[in-house]
Amino acid sequence: MAELQTEVLQKLDASPTATLTSENDFPTLLFTALKAALDSLHSKEMITYETRETDYNVLTAEGQQILETGSHEVKVWEIVHRLGEFRIADLAKQDEFASDPASAKVGQARAFKEGWIKKHPEDKTKIISGVDSINDVTRSLLETISQSGSLSDAATVADLKKRKLIVAQKKVAFTIKKGVKFALEILKEYTDLDADMLASGKWQELTFKPYNLKALGAPAMAGALHPLGKVRHEFRQIFFEMGFTEMPTNQFVESGFWNFDALYVPQQHPARDVQDTFFISDPPKADPPRNENGELLTEYWDNIKQVHETGKFGSLGYRYPWQGDESLKLVLRTHTTATSAAMLYKLAQDPRPARYFSIDRVFRNETVDATHLAEFHQVEGVIADFDLTLGDLIGFMNEFFGKMGVKQLRFKPAYNPYTEPSMEIFSWHEGLGKWVEIGNSGMFRPEMLESMGLPKGMKVHGWGLSLERPTMIKYGVSNIRELLGHKVDLNFIEGNPAVRLDQEA
Amino acid sequence: MPTITVNKADLFKSLGREYTTQEFDELCFEFGIELDEDTTDQDRKEKDGTERPPELKIEIPANRYDMLCIEGISKMLNVFLSREEVPNYRVVAPADGELQQITVHESTHQIRQYISAAVLRGIKFDQARYDSFISLQDKLHQNLCRQRTLVSMGTHDLDKIKGPFTYEALPPQDIKFVALNQTKEMNATELFEHYDKDEGSRHLAKFLHIIRDSPVYPVVLDSNRNVCSLPPIINSELSKITLDTRNVFVEITATDKTKAEIVCHILVAMFSGYCDEAFTVEPVKIISPHNHESREVPDMTPRSTTAEVSYINACTGLNLTAEEMCNYLKRMSYIARPSATDKDLLDVDIPVNRADVLHQCDIMEDVAIAYGFNNLEKTFPGKSGTIAKPLPINKLADIIRLECAMAGWSEVMPLILCSHDENFAYLNRKDDGNTAIKLANPKTAEYQVVRTSLLPGVLKTIRENKKHALPIRVFEVSDVAFKDESYERKSRNERHFAAAWCGKTSGFEVVHGLLDRVMAMLRATFIEKDSGADGYWIEGLKSDTYFPGRAADIWYRKKGKEAKVIGSFGVLHPSVLKAFDLSLPVSTLEINVEDFL
Repeated sequence: MAELQTEVLQKLDASPTATLTSENDFPTLLFTALKAALDSLHSKEMITYETRETDYNVLTAEGQQILETGSHEVKVWEIVHRLGEFRIADLAKQDEFASDPASAKVGQARAFKEGWIKKHPEDKTKIISGVDSINDVTRSLLETISQSGSLSDAATVADLKKRKLIVAQKKVAFTIKKGVKFALEILKEYTDLDADMLASGKWQELTFKPYNLKALGAPAMAGALHPLGKVRHEFRQIFFEMGFTEMPTNQFVESGFWNFDALYVPQQHPARDVQDTFFISDPPKADPPRNENGELLTEYWDNIKQVHETGKFGSLGYRYPWQGDESLKLVLRTHTTATSAAMLYKLAQDPRPARYFSIDRVFRNETVDATHLAEFHQVEGVIADFDLTLGDLIGFMNEFFGKMGVKQLRFKPAYNPYTEPSMEIFSWHEGLGKWVEIGNSGMFRPEMLESMGLPKGMKVHGWGLSLERPTMIKYGVSNIRELLGHKVDLNFIEGNPAVRLDQEA
Repeated sequence: MPTITVNKADLFKSLGREYTTQEFDELCFEFGIELDEDTTDQDRKEKDGTERPPELKIEIPANRYDMLCIEGISKMLNVFLSREEVPNYRVVAPADGELQQITVHESTHQIRQYISAAVLRGIKFDQARYDSFISLQDKLHQNLCRQRTLVSMGTHDLDKIKGPFTYEALPPQDIKFVALNQTKEMNATELFEHYDKDEGSRHLAKFLHIIRDSPVYPVVLDSNRNVCSLPPIINSELSKITLDTRNVFVEITATDKTKAEIVCHILVAMFSGYCDEAFTVEPVKIISPHNHESREVPDMTPRSTTAEVSYINACTGLNLTAEEMCNYLKRMSYIARPSATDKDLLDVDIPVNRADVLHQCDIMEDVAIAYGFNNLEKTFPGKSGTIAKPLPINKLADIIRLECAMAGWSEVMPLILCSHDENFAYLNRKDDGNTAIKLANPKTAEYQVVRTSLLPGVLKTIRENKKHALPIRVFEVSDVAFKDESYERKSRNERHFAAAWCGKTSGFEVVHGLLDRVMAMLRATFIEKDSGADGYWIEGLKSDTYFPGRAADIWYRKKGKEAKVIGSFGVLHPSVLKAFDLSLPVSTLEINVEDFL
C-alpha cells in the first residue's frame, strides 16, 4: 500500500506533463488497489484525481463462436447453396449445427429475412437459394466490436445486445495530478490533539488528518425519559399555564360508588359489566363513602340513591331499585373521573371557582389489540365556576388544544351518562384529510353536582382524552404495545426527540 | 355505541332528497349521530352471488333507543330538518271496547315479575319493514335490555292465538310447545338441552343462563293454554309473524319495570306508522293485583314538564326568547310552548320515544344542538383566577425521574397489572394474603394482581430488549398498590422508584451508585447507623430474591421520625433471573419514596 503510494508520487514527479493515466501508467494493476492508494493520497491533499468511466461491449460465447466460424444465417445459405433444394426440417441435423441445433432456426429466419433463401415454388417443405453470393454482415460487425468495443451506430449495437451476441461492460480509469501538498515523501498524519503534544509544543510541527465531517459523532452517553412521560410533561405544563391544580389520582382502586354511582352511571349500564371493568376479588368490598374525618357521607349517599331510584333535583331519575351493595363493589378505576367526583364533592363543602386536572393510569377489561390495552393514561380537566356556559367550554377547548398546535376544532353532540351537553371534540387532520376525534367534553349533570351539594348556579365543565393517542400521532407509532408496557423497544425510548406539541410534527 | 345499517336509497327517499356522502356526514354530525360507513363504492357481493344495495352504517348514541331502526332515524332527521312534525301517538280501543287481557300470576314474582303489552292493529309489512322490525328487537335486546336480562320482548301474530292471555311461571317440564323454527314439541327442559347441543342455536344458548337454574320458568299462554312465548328465550312457532300478519300482539316481560315500558313505547312508536290508522295502538289490559301493577298499557301520553328559559340561556350562553327556544325544541321532536303563567318557563311535552330526557339539562342540550354547537359564540371562562399547583408526590417523582435520566438511565413504563407469579413466586417472594389486590375477572393470566413491586415490569422490559447494547440501565418511578383495611377503598397506592442494571458483570456497585446519587439529590445524607443523625444507611440483607451476600436493606431516618427500611437493592438470585428468562446478571434497586415528600 505504502509502496504503491510512493510509486504513484514518483511517477507523477517524473511525468513531463505532471499527469498520469491509469491505462498508460498502471495498465496491469487492479482498479481497487489503485483506488485505495489514490484515496489515501487524496485525503492528505498530495494528489487530485478524476475517475473516468467508459462503456464498452464484449462478445458473448455465442458472439465469439460467430466471429470464429461465421453467422448462423451464413451457414444456412451455404448449406442450401451447396446442396440445391433442401428440406427445412433437416437443417438442424446438419454438421454445421451439431454443437447448437437451436441456432439453425435463428439462421433460417435471418436468411429468409435477408432474401438469401426462399421457399421452393412447388414444395413448401423445401427451400432453395435466393442469391449467388453473400456478405457475412453479423460477423464483420462483431469483428469491429471485438477490436474497438463499440460501433458508430447505436441502433445496431442495441440489436446485437438483443440478439445476445454482445454485452455491455464498464471500464474505470483514473487521471492523476499533483495536489497542493504534493511531495515525494508521505508524512505521518495525526488524528487527535493530545495532552503530550500540548505539553511539548510538538503540535506545531505535526500534520493532522482532516476530520470526516460526513460521519456521525460518538454516541452521547445519554439517559432518556419515556415518550409518554415527555408528552405528559407537556400536557402538565399546559394545565399549569392555565391555572389548574393537579388532582390526587394516586388511587387505582375505586368503589362502584365513586367510579359510577356518583357520576350518575346507572347500575345496569354496560360499562359496569364484567366484560368492560376489572372487579376486585380481594379486598372484598369498600366502605360507604366518608370524609377525611371518617364521618360517613350519609346525606350524599342518600341523594345518590334517590337521584338514581326516584329522581331528585328536578330529574326524573332512572327509576330502578338502586343497590347499596353494587355501589360498594371495588373496581380498578375505569377513568380518573372517579377522583374528579371526590374532588368536586370536597369542593361542594366550600363552593368556589376551581380548576383541576390529572394525567394518570386507568384500566379497562379490554381484549388487547393494536389500539387497545387493558391500561392507558387518561388526561382530564375540570373547571368549576359560577355562570359557566357551553360557549365557554368550546372557547376553552380551542385555547387548550391550540396550545398543542391543534387549531381547527369542531364539536359533535354525543352521549355520556354524566355530562349534558356532551360533545366529542374533532380536529382537522391535514395528513389524513379528515376530521378525527381527539377527545370528549361536556358539562357535568345537575343530578351529579346537586347531589354533592354544589349550588345550582355553579356549573362544571369536564373534558378528557388519552395520553397515548396524541403520543402515537406525534411519534408515528401505530401499535400501542410499542408505546406502553414491557414490549417497548429501549432504542425507541432512547432515540425519541423532544415533544414540542406546539411545533409541527 | 350501536351501529345501525340502513338502506341508503330508502333513507334518502324518506328524507326527500339525495345527499353526497359528505353532505350526509355533515347532517349526522350536526344532529349527533355518526356516519360510520357508506358502502356505495364497496364490493357488495354476497356469498350467494346477489349484490346488496348501497347501505349507510350509522352510529347511534347509546341513549337514543328510538333511533335503532331506519324508521326512527328518518323520523328524527325529518323532524330536525323541519320536514315533518312529531307524530301524535294515540291509544285507540277496538270498536267493541273489548281489550286484550293478560292476567299475571303471582308465581312470576320469583323469576321475571313485570309484563307490558300492546296490539298493533292493521299493520302492513313488506320485506324491508319486517326485517327492520326484527332488527329493532335485536338491537333493543342487546342494548337497553342488557342481553335480555332486564327486558325481553315477544311479537306474535294475534290472529293465530286467542286471548285473554295469562303470564305464569311454571316448572320447565310443564311448559310444552313447538318453539319458533322447530318442528318437534318439547318441554322447556328438553328445549334447553337441544339448544345446548345444537350448533345452529348458539345465538339462543347464550341467554339460557338467565332462567336455567330457576325452579319455574316464565311463560305467556293464550286462552287455549297454548304457549306463546318462553321469555326471555324464544317464541312459539304457532304465533310466528309473517309478511302477511296484520295484527301484532307485543308482550314485554322484565325484571325492570321502567325499561319494560320504554321498550314497549319504542316498538309502538317506531312501527305504529305502518298501521292502517297510522300512529295508533290498541291497549292491553294487565291484571296484576298481587303487585299493584294492574293497568292499561301502553300509555302514549307525552310527559309534560317545564324548563326554565333563564337556565337554558345561562347554560348555553345564548339570549333566546321563549318562542325561539320552542322553535328549536320542535326540531328536536318536543312539543313546547311558553308557559301561560310564568315568563321564565316553557311548557314542554316530551314524546314517549324520548326516554333519554330526564332533566331540563337534556332539554337545554337539545336547544343547543338545534342552534348548532358550532354556531355558539366561543367565549372564555375568564372571570375567576385560579392558581396552579402540582400534586406533591408527582413533583417528587419528577425530581427522581430527571436525576436518573441525567445520570444516564432510561425510563421505562411497563404495565401496572401482572400475574400473581410475576409479583411473588418469580421473585422468590411469598404472598401472605394481606398484601396484593387481586382481580376478580381478568381475561388473561397476565392481569391477576395489581403489582406490589416495580421489579416484575422492569425485568420483563429487559427480557424483551435482549438485542439492546449492554449494559442496559433502566428505571421507573410509579405507583404500586397494597391492600389496606384502614382506607375507604380498602387499598392505597404507594409511589416507588426502581432501577435495574443488566450487563456482563453484576453491576451491584453501579446500582448502589445510583442510589447514592438519588439520595444526595433528595438531600438525604449517608450516615452511620448508630449516629442518630437524619439520613440513610444500608445493611446486609438475607433475601431469596437476591444473590447471597450481595443484597442490602436501605434504612432512612427522616427528621424526628423513627428510622425504617424504605427498600433494598442487590444482585438478583439466579433463580429469579431464570424465572424472568434472563441469562445475564442483573442488579436491582427499589425504594418507597413517599417518605421524601
